[in-house]
Amino acid sequence: MSKPKVAFYWGASCGGCEEAVVDLAEDLLSVVERVDIAFWPVALDFKRADVEALADGELAASFINGSVRTSEQAEMAELLRRKSQVVIAFGSCAQLGGVPGLANLHSREAILECVYQEAPSLVNEERTVPQLATHVPEGRVTLPSLLDSVRTLDQTIEVDYYLPGCPPPVPLIGAAVTALVEGKLPARGAVLAPDVALCAECPRSATKPERLLVKGFHRTHEVVADPEVCLLAQGLLCLGPATRGGCGASCIGGNMPCTGCMGPTSRVLDYGAKALSAIGSLLDSNDEEEIAALAGEIVDPVGTFYRYSLPASLLHRRAEPASRAGGSSS
Amino acid sequence: MSREIVIDPITRLEGHGKIHVFLDDAGDVDRAYLQIPELRGFEKFAQGRRAEDMPQITSRICGVCPMAHHMAATKALDDLFKVDPPAAAKKIRELVYSAFMFEDHALHFFFLGGPDFLVGPAAPKAERNILGVIGRVGLEVGKEVIGVRQQLRALIGQTAGKVIHPVFGLPGGLSRPLDPELQQEFAAAAARAVEFGKFALGVFRDVVLRTPEFVEMVTAEAYTHRTYCMGLVDQADKVTFYEGTLRVVDPEGREFLRCDPREYLAHIAEHVEPWSYMKFTFLKEVGWKGFTDGMESGVYSVAPLARLNASEGMATSFAEEAYEELVSTLGGKPVHHTLANHWARIIELVYAAERMAELAADPEILDSQVRTLPTAVPVEGIGVVEAPRGTLIHHYCTDSRGLITRANLIVATQNNAARIAMSVDKAARALIKGGEVDDALLNQVEMAFRAYDPCLGCATHSLPGQMPLIIAIHDPGGGVVREIRRD
Amino acid sequence: MPEAELERRFDPRIVAFFCNWCTYTAADLAGISRMEYPPGVRIVRLMCSGRVDPQFVLAAFRHGADGVLIGGCHPGDCHYQEGNYKARRRFELLRMLLRDMGIEGERLRLEWISASEGDKVARVCNEMTEQIRALGPLRLRAAPPRAGRPSAREAAGEGAGEPVVEEPVGEAAR
Ligand code: SF4
Ligand code: SF4
Ligand code: SF4
Ligand code: FES
Repeated sequence: MSKPKVAFYWGASCGGCEEAVVDLAEDLLSVVERVDIAFWPVALDFKRADVEALADGELAASFINGSVRTSEQAEMAELLRRKSQVVIAFGSCAQLGGVPGLANLHSREAILECVYQEAPSLVNEERTVPQLATHVPEGRVTLPSLLDSVRTLDQTIEVDYYLPGCPPPVPLIGAAVTALVEGKLPARGAVLAPDVALCAECPRSATKPERLLVKGFHRTHEVVADPEVCLLAQGLLCLGPATRGGCGASCIGGNMPCTGCMGPTSRVLDYGAKALSAIGSLLDSNDEEEIAALAGEIVDPVGTFYRYSLPASLLHRRAEPASRAGGSSS
Repeated sequence: MSREIVIDPITRLEGHGKIHVFLDDAGDVDRAYLQIPELRGFEKFAQGRRAEDMPQITSRICGVCPMAHHMAATKALDDLFKVDPPAAAKKIRELVYSAFMFEDHALHFFFLGGPDFLVGPAAPKAERNILGVIGRVGLEVGKEVIGVRQQLRALIGQTAGKVIHPVFGLPGGLSRPLDPELQQEFAAAAARAVEFGKFALGVFRDVVLRTPEFVEMVTAEAYTHRTYCMGLVDQADKVTFYEGTLRVVDPEGREFLRCDPREYLAHIAEHVEPWSYMKFTFLKEVGWKGFTDGMESGVYSVAPLARLNASEGMATSFAEEAYEELVSTLGGKPVHHTLANHWARIIELVYAAERMAELAADPEILDSQVRTLPTAVPVEGIGVVEAPRGTLIHHYCTDSRGLITRANLIVATQNNAARIAMSVDKAARALIKGGEVDDALLNQVEMAFRAYDPCLGCATHSLPGQMPLIIAIHDPGGGVVREIRRD
Repeated sequence: MPEAELERRFDPRIVAFFCNWCTYTAADLAGISRMEYPPGVRIVRLMCSGRVDPQFVLAAFRHGADGVLIGGCHPGDCHYQEGNYKARRRFELLRMLLRDMGIEGERLRLEWISASEGDKVARVCNEMTEQIRALGPLRLRAAPPRAGRPSAREAAGEGAGEPVVEEPVGEAAR
C-alpha cells in the first residue's frame, strides 16, 4: 500500500514553524516514515511544476504555515488546495495572521515608504522603491506584488484544520500527524489542540484567586515577577484566561505572561475582543475616572490583545481616515 | 535569443529567494540576479508597540535565528532604559547565546551547506544532504549531530521559555535566574559540544582539506571577492558574539574602522534596488559603487569568515589553534574565498562550545540577582549582536511612555546581501558556459549562496533509508530534464 | 457643491444596544411621547448593558454601522447590580482599542439613561448622529471573505459571522 503523500508550504513565515517540524521529526521518525513528502520547498527540491503535475486530491494533506501577503503565496495556496484532500493551517500566522499581521495597522504604501524612504540608514536620493517589474539591461525581472493586507490562510482558501501556536507545540504537531496517518482526524474545521483556557493547565493556577480583581497593571520591565504566583494576580497582563491551552504554559515557565499565541478557544469569534473583555472585567473600580485611568495603563491595546490575530479579527485592519472629517467645510 | 533560467525557490533566509540567470546568444551568462521577493514591514508595525515587547515581536523576523533578534532587541532595551544588567544576567545571556550559535552552526555545517563539501558538489542531489554526509562519516556521527543539537535546544528552551521565540529577555536583565540543575546540564552539554567541535574540525580536515579538488574550489576565483569585512571584537580584538566593539578591515586586512556599535549610523548605510525587496548595506565612508568589490567599493561582508578577518583570532584555545591553521593554509589574512565560510563556521562552532563551557563553570552565573529595574525615561536605544549570519542591529526610538516611534533594523543577511548577489552572479558566469546547464553547475551557483546562509534541510531529521527522495531538474521551459529517485 | 449635498444626505447608521430595564424603556417612552430621533438609529434590546460583548460592537462596525451606542441604567440602578460597571470597564478599553484601529471616539458612546429619561434618548441619538455625520461614513475596508472554517461553526450551531454570547451577566442577584 502506498504511503499518504503530504506537502509542506510556507507563506509569509518566519521559518519557526518549519523549525518546529524539524524539532518534531527528530523524535518521530516513525511518523515521518509513514508519509511520503511530495513538496517541501524549504527542504526538498521539488518545484511548483511537480505539484501542478499531481492529480487533484492526490495529496492526503498540505500543512501550510505563514500568513498570505503576496500574490505568489495566494496562488500557491490555491494550487495546494486543489491537490489536497485536507489543508491544515499550521501556526498562528496561517490560522490568525500572526505577529506580522500587525502590519494591517498600516497601508501597504505606508510600509513601503517606511522601509525604503524613511529608515535613518538609507541613502536613497532617487527614492527607489521595489517594483513589480524592472527592466534590467539583460531582460526583465519581476517581484510578486504585496497584497493590500495580510490575510489568514482561511481568508485565501478553504481550510479544514488548524494547528495553533507560534510555533505550534511539538507534541501537538506529532499528534496531528499521527491522527492524519491513522485516519483519526476529528470533524472538519476543528482546532487540533485542547479546548480549554490556558489557566486550566498553568502550574500557577492554584495561586489565581477565584474572583480576581486588579488595582493596576505593571509592564513587564517595571517589576520582578514572583516565579510561583499567578502573573495576572501580580498585575502583569497575562492572557491565559482568554487563550487556548496546549503549549504547556511555556511562557509562564519562563516567568513571563502569556501573550496569546494559541489563539481563542472554540466559540470565540474574535480573540482580541474576548481577551479585552476578560481583562476589562478584572479592573477593580466602579468609579468612571478611576476605570479610565486603569484602562489607560494598557498602553497598546491592539498590540496586546491582537498580537497574533489582527487579520482574523472582525475589523481585519485599521479603518481608513474618514474622508470628510469636519464635514461642514466647503 | 536570450534565454532565462530561474531557480525558484532557492534556499531560504528570512523569506524566500529566487535567482534569475540570463544567458546571452552564446549561452553564456549575462548576469545573474538574486532576488528576495518578500517584505513584512516589521519596522513599520513596531511603531506604537511597547518597547519591552520588542524582543518577542522581532524574534518573529526569523524562526531559524529567533535568539539573535531576541538578544539584539533585549540589548537595545538595556540601552533604551539606561540599565546595566547584573553580571549573572549577562553571563546567562551569553551562555544561552553561545549554545544557540553552536546549534545553528552545527545545523548548517552538517545538514545544509556543508553537504556540498562533505559529499561533494558534483554528487547527485539525492546524496548531497545529511544522508550523504552520514554515508561519508558514519551513522554514529549523524546521530551525535542530532543528539547534541537536541540537547542544546532543550536547554535553551528551558532557560529562555521557548526555543523558537524565547521570552526571557527584559531591559536590565532576565525574567528569571538560572536553575542550578540547568547549569549542571549546560556544563555537561558544553563538554559534549567541545568534543563534537573538535571532531567536526577533524571531519573537515579529512574530507575537505585532503581532497585537492575541494581545496582548488575553495580558492577558485569564481568564489572570491575582495571586500571589506565586519564583525564585533572583544578587548583583545578576538571574535565575540554577544557584545563588543565594531571593527571593519579593508580588503587588504588593515583596520578601517573601530567604533562603538551604537555609532553604526555614521558608518553603515542602505541602498535600494527596484528588483528586490531586500536592501543592500554598504560602508558610508566608501560609498555605494554598485555590485563590485575592492577598495573603492563600500560593499562589505559579515558572518563567520568576515568575523575571522575582522578580528585577531579566537579567545579560546582550540578555536584559536584552528584559526591559525585556516589562516596559514589559505595564505594569510584576509581570506576572501567565500567557501572558506564553511571552515570558519566550524572554528566558530568550537569557540561557541568552549565559551559555553567557561560560562557554565562560572559560579557567579547562579546568582539570583538577574534584574536591574529601569528608572530612566526611555528615548533611544541600540542593540547589536553577532548573529550566526553576521552583525545584527536593532535601533529603537520611543516616546516618554516607552512606545516605539521608530524602529530601524539591519539584519545580518542584509549586510551580506550585496556580496551574496555578487557571488551568485560571479559563480554563474564562471560555471555556466555555452548554454550548458546541468545540475552540478546550478548547484554550484546555489553553493555560492549557501555558503553564507542556508535553507533548512529536510534531511536533517531522517536517517538513511527512511526518507524517500525524488529530485527533478528542469530546463528553462519548465520541463523536466532529469529525475533522480531514491525511494 | 455636489460634495456638500452628498454630505447632507449621509445618514449615519447607529446600532444602539439598550438594556431592557432602563434605556430601552426610555426609548419606548420617547416613541410614545413622539420625541424625534433619527431613523438611522437601530435599537437592539439586551437584558443588561453588561451583556454587550465587545464582539457585538466590532460585529456592528464590521457589518456597516457608522457608530455604536450603548445605553444602560445609572450607576447603582442596574438590575444585575454590577452589569453597567462591567460595561463601563470594557467600554474604556474598547474605546482605546478602536481609536488605535482608526475608529474615532465619537463612534462609540456609552450613556446611562433611566426609564424616565425619554428626552435623553432623543438628545443623545440626535447628538451622536450629528457628530458622526460630521465625521463621515466609517471607512472600514472589506475584509477578505472567510473562505474556510466550513463545518465546525455549523456543527457548533453558530451562525456564520454572528457573535456568540459567551458569559451571562454573572454574579448578580435577581
Ligand atoms: S506562527 Fe510563529 S513560528 Fe510560525 S511562521 Fe508565524 S511567526 Fe513564525
Ligand atoms: S493568568 Fe496566567 S499565570 Fe495566572 S493562572 Fe492563568 S495562565 Fe497562569
Ligand atoms: S504561554 Fe501563551 S504565548 Fe506562550 S506559548 Fe503558551 S499560548 Fe503561546
Ligand atoms: S440592567 Fe440596565 S445596565 Fe444592567
